[in-house]
Amino acid sequence: MHEIVTQGFLFPNEIHVHWSIMIVLYPYITGLVAGAFIVSSLYHVFDVKALKPIAKFSLVGAFCFLLFACTPLLFHLGHPERAFNIMFTPKFTSAMSGFGYIYLFYLLLVLFEIWLVFRPDIVRFAQKGKGMVKAFYTILALGSFDVSEETLKVDHKVTLFLAAVGIPSACVLHGYVGFLFGSLKSNPWWSTPLMPVIFLLSAIVSGISILAVMYVIVMKVRKQPVDNACLKSLFAYLWAFFILDVTLESLEVITMLYESHEEWHIISQMLTQKLGFSYIFLQMAVCSLIPLVTLGFVVLKKMKDTTRNRLGIICSVMILIQVLAMRWNVVIGGQLFSKSLRGLTSYAPTILGKEGLLMALILFAAPFVTMYIFNLILPLWEKPETKAEEA
Amino acid sequence: MNQDRRKFIKTVFHSGLAITLFPSGVLASEGGTANLYAFIVDTEKCIGCGKCVDACKQENNVPDNCYRTWVERYRIMADGRVAVDSPYGGAKGFDPVSGDEKPVKAFFVPKLCNHCKDPNCVQVCPVGATYVSKDGFVLVDEKQCVACGYCIQACPYGARYLNPVTRVADKCTWCFHRVQKGLETACVSVCPMKARMFGKVDDPAGPVYKILKEKRLQILKPETGNNPMAFYIGLDKEVR
Repeated sequence: MHEIVTQGFLFPNEIHVHWSIMIVLYPYITGLVAGAFIVSSLYHVFDVKALKPIAKFSLVGAFCFLLFACTPLLFHLGHPERAFNIMFTPKFTSAMSGFGYIYLFYLLLVLFEIWLVFRPDIVRFAQKGKGMVKAFYTILALGSFDVSEETLKVDHKVTLFLAAVGIPSACVLHGYVGFLFGSLKSNPWWSTPLMPVIFLLSAIVSGISILAVMYVIVMKVRKQPVDNACLKSLFAYLWAFFILDVTLESLEVITMLYESHEEWHIISQMLTQKLGFSYIFLQMAVCSLIPLVTLGFVVLKKMKDTTRNRLGIICSVMILIQVLAMRWNVVIGGQLFSKSLRGLTSYAPTILGKEGLLMALILFAAPFVTMYIFNLILPLWEKPETKAEEA
Repeated sequence: MNQDRRKFIKTVFHSGLAITLFPSGVLASEGGTANLYAFIVDTEKCIGCGKCVDACKQENNVPDNCYRTWVERYRIMADGRVAVDSPYGGAKGFDPVSGDEKPVKAFFVPKLCNHCKDPNCVQVCPVGATYVSKDGFVLVDEKQCVACGYCIQACPYGARYLNPVTRVADKCTWCFHRVQKGLETACVSVCPMKARMFGKVDDPAGPVYKILKEKRLQILKPETGNNPMAFYIGLDKEVR
C-alpha cells in the first residue's frame, strides 16, 4: 500500500487522489480510437493509397479500442450500476453528460462502417459455411446478400460518407475528453483552452503509433513482408502531427511560466518534485525530443527500408509512452497540488483492486484480444496466395 | 433550384438556432431557486477550539478523514513566510507553536461549503445529483449520484469528499435537516465565540441580516465566479 506523502498545506479533503490510473487509461484508450479512425479515414476519404494495407485493420482497431474506452470509467465509478443515468437523466450543463451520446453515436457509426466494409466477406462466409457457422454469418449479413458490383458501389459511397462524418466525430470525441479537463476552472493545471487541442493531437499521434507497431508485429507473426510505402506514409503523418502536438504541449507550460500567475509557484514545484520523471524526463525530454528529431531523419533522409522501419517503430513506441505519460501528468498531476496552492500530495497506483495496475493492464489488453477474436471471425488480412493470384 | 437552396439555408439556420438556444434553455430551467440563507464567519473571533468540527462530525456521521467543515490556522512570520495547518481538520484543537517560531500575525479560519449562488459543482454534475434547493442550499441526492468525482474536482474550495460508506459525493449541507426544523446548524450552535453565524438574508431579527447590510465582507476565491453565500469578516490576503 502506497503511503501518502504530503508537503505543505492541503485542504483536509484533498489528501487522497480521487481520479486514479483508470482516469489516465480512459483518455489514453479513447485517444487510440480517434487516432486509428483518422488513419482509416485517410485512406477511405482522402484516398491516401499508401495506407490501403492497413485501412481495414485501423478501422477494426478503432472499433476494438472504442468497445473498451468506457470500461475504465465503470471501474472508477463509486456506483457503476447507475452509469446509465448519464444518458437517462443527463444534466446538460455538465460537460460530462454529453459523453454517453457522443460515444454511442460514434460506436454506431464505426459499427456500421465496419459492417459495410466487411459485407462481401460476411456474405461469402454465409454462402460457403455450413450449420452453425452459416447461421452465424447469415445473422451478421442482416438479410443483405446482394454483393453485385452496383451494390458494392453504393456500399462504397456510404462508407465514404460514414468515414467523412467519422473524422469530425473522432475529433469531437477526443477534443471533448480534453474539454472535460480544460473546462474545470477550479484547477489551474487543467483549465486552458489548449487542452482539447492537445488531447486531440496526442490522440492522433498515439493512434498512428499503435497502428504502426501493431502492423509490424502482425506481419512478423504472419511471416509476411511489411508494406514499406505504407509505413513510410504513416511515419510522415506521425511526424507532422507530433510536431504540432509537442509544440502545443510546450507552449502551454511556457505560457504558464512566462505569465507566472500565483499558481505557477505550486505548479512548478509539482513539475519538478512530483512529476520530474514522468513529465520532464519522459514526456518532454526523452520521448518528445528523440522521436521528433529521429522521425525528421526517417521522413526526410534517404535510407534503407529496414533501417527506416526500425527507427520509425522505435519512435512510435516512444510516442506511445510519451502520450501515456502526458495523460498521467495531466490527470494525476492536476490532483497532486492543493487548491490552496500551498501543498503537494502523492499518488501511486495499487497493484491489485478494481482501480489497480493489474486491472488497468487487463483493460488495456482487452482491445487487442478482441481484435484477435475479430480476426478469427472476419479476417483482416488477405492470405498471401490470394494476393499473389491477384498480382 | 434557388428556392431549394433558400429552403436549405433556412433549415440549417433554424437548426443552428435551436442548437444554440437549447443549452441556454436548459440553463434557464434552473430557475425557481433563491438564495435565502447566508453563513458568516468572523475570523477575528475564532479561537480554533475545534468544537464546530467535532459537532459537525457527530451531527452528520462524517467518516474519518473526511471533513464537512474544518478550521485552518495561519501563522505569518516577520520575513513573510506563511505556515498553515489543520490537523484533523482542527477537530482536536491546535498544538502550541514551538518556542522559536515568532509569528507576527496568527489567526484561525473556519471553512465549509460556501453554498454558492453559481456553484461549479452543480454545473458539472452529469446526472443532476448535485442540485440547488429552492431556498439556495447546494445538496447531493445520494440515490442519484454515480460518484464520478467531477464535482470534487470542480469545487475550488476542497469542500467535497467521496464518502467511503455511501460511496457518493458528500459535503456540508449547512445542516439542511436541522434548518428545516427551525434549528441552527450544528457548528453554529456550539461555537463559544459566536464566530459562526447563519440565518435568513432577509430576516431583520436574524443573526446575519445586519452584518450583511453594514459590515465589509469578503468571500473566498471571488475570481472563480462561484459567488459564495458564505461571507468572511477579517479575511487575510493569505487565505485561499
